[in-house]
Amino acid sequence: MKINIGRMLSLLAGDPQADRAVPPTGFTARLTVFTSGAMAFLAVFALALSLATGRLAERWASELAQTSTLRISAPEDQLDAQTKAALRVLEQTPGVAEARELSDDEQRALLEPWFGPDIPVESLPIPRLIEIVETSDGMDATGLRARLQAEVPGAILDDHTRWREPLVAAASRLRLLGMVAIVLILAAMGAMITLAAQAALSANAQVVRVMRLVGARDAYIAGAFVRRFTLRALSGATGGTLLGVLAVTLLPSSDVAAGFLTGLGFQGTGWLWPLVIPPLAAIIAFGATRNAALRNLRNQS
Amino acid sequence: MIELENVAYSYGGGELFSNVSLRLAPGSFHFLTGPSGAGKTTLLKLCYGELTATAGHVRLFGINRRTIDRDQISDVRRRVGVVHQDCQFLDHLSVAENVALPLTVAGRADEAGDYLEDLLAWVGLTQQAGQLPPELSGGERQRAALARAVIMSPEMVIADEPTGNVDWEMSQRLIKLLVELNRMGKSVLVATHDMNLIRATKAQVQARVLRLKGGRLQMAGSDL
Repeated sequence: MKINIGRMLSLLAGDPQADRAVPPTGFTARLTVFTSGAMAFLAVFALALSLATGRLAERWASELAQTSTLRISAPEDQLDAQTKAALRVLEQTPGVAEARELSDDEQRALLEPWFGPDIPVESLPIPRLIEIVETSDGMDATGLRARLQAEVPGAILDDHTRWREPLVAAASRLRLLGMVAIVLILAAMGAMITLAAQAALSANAQVVRVMRLVGARDAYIAGAFVRRFTLRALSGATGGTLLGVLAVTLLPSSDVAAGFLTGLGFQGTGWLWPLVIPPLAAIIAFGATRNAALRNLRNQS
Repeated sequence: MIELENVAYSYGGGELFSNVSLRLAPGSFHFLTGPSGAGKTTLLKLCYGELTATAGHVRLFGINRRTIDRDQISDVRRRVGVVHQDCQFLDHLSVAENVALPLTVAGRADEAGDYLEDLLAWVGLTQQAGQLPPELSGGERQRAALARAVIMSPEMVIADEPTGNVDWEMSQRLIKLLVELNRMGKSVLVATHDMNLIRATKAQVQARVLRLKGGRLQMAGSDL
């Protein structure tokens, strides 16, 4: 359906005479405002979810894509030698920007969530870990594995592919689901407004008939209904969006407790996205009401 | 202006009338009479495009009704003022707003002004201008409907039983208004079964009387 923005704006400017001709209908007015408000509220959360998962997917994809971990498991007396040999190999490997052996403190921090803070890392037979940061061009992981196998038999290279890809895919799917939710929310709003508009037209069947009989064109009659429903949807969606943004703002900060859900929210220019919801709701209401009104009028003489 | 050629109208499997031919020329005055249920209101509706004939041709200001679009129908209704049997007002608007409604929906509400006042005075409803339609008597409603029918200065006025619910004195007053309109050059078509009213009108203006009976339209004889 084509939406003429110029016509929409002139319609919103209004014709007081046409507004007078159609009496206000309280039930449909309240239904439209409530539906638009509730749907806008939900749309804000769907938008926040979509943007948050988008950020997560990008972060996982970019941060983990350029890092690898080398794990060296060897007898105690060979561990230092193999670690040094591995670092030497990595220094010579094209595409490796930095290779650094994790300290005991860093290893302890990694194990702390599972074994507690007092774990004696020094006395445990745990493998040595080397963090590898790649250049933007990346390294040849297959070639590196082959060389390590020959020169550092206890080294196992983990380039994070195995668990990074499913995580990024999951985050991307969540983002897609968020977008689908927004589309469904807007479609449901359009359907509800269509029903409300049809109810208003039915309640005003006599008014519509009289206006037709005295020479009103379909566009004029439809305009009286469309303007009301568009403004109601705009006001309802504005209220719902404000409440939704407020609710998102009140969610716990990711600084307080790190985790995926606490990252749900808007960042930077992302805060501008909710501003799109009220005008979008108005456009949907405009289209839905105009369509319902013209279809209803075409069925009359 | 408005022409019907071999027109038939059927509904519910039955034929209401057929082979109806009629030409309503500019400045003419016609009465349409006949028994209740003969199809007078239906014939009037064909004349202002609310219904479409099931057979034959209806031309409204030269345009075939079958090919006319919805906006053109609206234009026809601005050129034909109609006084409906049940008046058809918007009960939440005042009498003045109802009378001005054709101008309003045509986007010419600002033209009403003094003309609206003169029109309300002409039909004797100046005092009732601010009242709501349900507060009016039957005669006042008919006069308000007549004022609304002529506010667009239509070329033709169609009235469906305008005197059906009013006393003889009010009938005379309404018919006097219709005769005045005809003298101003408007074509007038009035559906009525009130023979006394027709005789009284024929004394004032040259009017043709059509009779719709048994599914046929005939010119009435000299008995009228």
